[in-house]
Amino acid sequence: MRLKAAVAASGVLALATLTACSGGDGGADGDSASGASTVTVAYQKTTAFHQLDDMLQVAKTQFEDANPDVTIELQPIEAEQDQYFTKLALMNGSPETAPDVIYEDTFQIRSDAAAGYLLPIDDYLADWEDWDQFFENAKQAGLGDDGKTYGVSMGTDTRGIYFNKTIFEQAGLPTDWQPESWDDILDAARTVKEKVPDVIPLNIYAGKAAGEATTMQGFEMLLYGTEDTLYDTDSSKWVLGSEGFTDSLGFLDTVYGEGLAPSLDIALDAAVGNRVSTELLPQGKLAMAVDGSWMPGGWISGENAWPEWEQTMGMAKMPTQDGGGPGFTSMSGGWTLAVGAHAEDPQAAFDFITTALNKENTFKYDTENSQIAVRKDVAEDPEYIAYNPSFEFFSALVDVTHFRPATPDYSQISSNIQVAAEAMATQQQSPEDAAAAYDAAVTGIVGDDNTTD
Amino acid sequence: MADLAIEAGRGRGSSAPRSRPRRVALTRVLPLVPAVALLLLFLAGPIVYSLYGSLTNTALTGYKAANPDFIGLDNYANLFSSPEFWKSVWLTVLFVGASAVIGQNVLGMLLALLMRSSVRPLRSIVGGLVVTAWVLPEIVAAFALYAFFSTDGTLNSMLGWIGLDGTTWLITFPMFAVIMANIWRGTAFSMMVYNAALSEVPPEITEAAEIDGAGTVQRFFRITLPMIRRSISTNLMLTTLQTLGVFTLIWVMTGGGPGTASSTLPVLAYQQAFKFSQVGYGTAIATVTLAVGAIFSIVYIKALKPEVD
Repeated sequence: MRLKAAVAASGVLALATLTACSGGDGGADGDSASGASTVTVAYQKTTAFHQLDDMLQVAKTQFEDANPDVTIELQPIEAEQDQYFTKLALMNGSPETAPDVIYEDTFQIRSDAAAGYLLPIDDYLADWEDWDQFFENAKQAGLGDDGKTYGVSMGTDTRGIYFNKTIFEQAGLPTDWQPESWDDILDAARTVKEKVPDVIPLNIYAGKAAGEATTMQGFEMLLYGTEDTLYDTDSSKWVLGSEGFTDSLGFLDTVYGEGLAPSLDIALDAAVGNRVSTELLPQGKLAMAVDGSWMPGGWISGENAWPEWEQTMGMAKMPTQDGGGPGFTSMSGGWTLAVGAHAEDPQAAFDFITTALNKENTFKYDTENSQIAVRKDVAEDPEYIAYNPSFEFFSALVDVTHFRPATPDYSQISSNIQVAAEAMATQQQSPEDAAAAYDAAVTGIVGDDNTTD
Repeated sequence: MADLAIEAGRGRGSSAPRSRPRRVALTRVLPLVPAVALLLLFLAGPIVYSLYGSLTNTALTGYKAANPDFIGLDNYANLFSSPEFWKSVWLTVLFVGASAVIGQNVLGMLLALLMRSSVRPLRSIVGGLVVTAWVLPEIVAAFALYAFFSTDGTLNSMLGWIGLDGTTWLITFPMFAVIMANIWRGTAFSMMVYNAALSEVPPEITEAAEIDGAGTVQRFFRITLPMIRRSISTNLMLTTLQTLGVFTLIWVMTGGGPGTASSTLPVLAYQQAFKFSQVGYGTAIATVTLAVGAIFSIVYIKALKPEVD
């Protein structure tokens, strides 16, 4: 009797567990089973970066009006860039959670395409008449390792040095300042430190938490101004042990070692980029910042609007190490919209991209977020050129700009550059030791055969 | 963390029914079958899966995300030859030793003793305050402590009132900050365990010792401590295992930095898996953490023999 009761009880328990599990599944499938389809859109949103959200909200309304049977489900991920990538990779890990449309950085395309997270969209692009409007290099940026296209470019960017003219005047520096070498930047920073001691002289990202900003706005702005490079495109090998690499780390070492940079509680914070654009620069606490062309976007409108930036901020080109080569350098990246590999209705997902990136919406996004347009019809629109006084300066940098290595391993290697840069900020290693640690890490990732000295 | 605690609890409890007669045992065990099945599925399952994962080079993105290779013990070989890992092991031992074994335990015991001999309203107020830290969800506690230790945070403001210059606590003394934070957060647990244990000590024995001429200190070390030995070992084990798995607190406060100055094993595992995309390697670190927890449990069980009386 007791045995029977026990067996019955366990049976009931097991049943309860089973139904609990299947109940959950049923709920998830319910949406897709019905006739109408839903397109989920995953993208980044922060207090400083709301422009994409603004544009997608508009596109959602337009698209749903035109296609009543499709629902666009916007899924903003409120995180700084580094955590955004992690979260996205985890969402992509399971078909159940993978988004249909993804806001994807161009440097992640090759690795995410290789991982099978993205869907090639060449067939869909062939039928999209607007595709001819995109510049050739913007089309290139969306390519995967297999030569197929995985993303539609939203805009590109360049990087330079922002400087506060008011602080420069106080320090006795010219307000049309243009450094010719790294030493000129250091001299200006030292002058600011001496004459205006209560402001931070220079921000150049060097924290792991800042993620790709440290690699691109920080380290690569230096390295691509030396005679060395990160990746040898001709032989498809990663360059190790170069003098330029150690010198670039040496520059960061000097900046942080001499106290010319923000204190570490700011520099190593994940929100450092946010603080530079919404707090340190507008409040006149920072004299110079190596940063991206999108920054004025946040100053023109939105909750962090700062209309005085046009008078206060000057812009200077980033010089090469000793003024050699073309004299100046810059880095370019950019973001795309891509279709997820597990999209249930890829056509609807792609159609939403064509709405979000039509001329009108691209214009809205590129102006408000201060992007360099990659659509001919937007780039040539006089209204676009007149919208933001920094466009002319940053567009001119396209002549001297560089692109990051387009390989699936780049994102992992970039993380190791950040480790080396943070070792400079914290002064835990010498440039030589950090470079050696980087070399070992890269060899570990790509193997001996894919590196060169 | 929770897994380990439950595992440990299961291990301790399982020796009880062994002494009962056999026929009763069968009917007693049968109802446990679904529970054991669930435990195998949800506890042993992930452990086995993590063991397997640590033998591959799975990545978060790139070719290795789609087609990981089985690479045997390579991850462990790399791990054990990496100075970063050994530094992390040392930081973990420091963190567990200073914040759990010494901090939470000793402070919890001290609070429990003081509260027994204090007046009632004071006891309720102190008890309430200490338990508040324990009741707060980990993420809330972590943000509160971040605000307390950060450069323009509460601690530095308070130091300013008495004319002292603060410092960048989270940058200059990251381990100190996270250890203090974990003590603050976890002491209530030890306090409650010891409070309960102390009230179980029969007053007659203490009184008898007092009549025999034992002083307060002698009574504590010769009578009280041996009598609550089992509670001590259980408490040590639980706090150790909980602290070994602390991630949120450290991640929010210091992010494991500056550099790697506060990267304990869970933080290192997270960084390797999700920052450097090396999920297989990160899983190997997690597996090592699991093993460290198991070793701690065995040491406590053997050293303090809670079941023998």
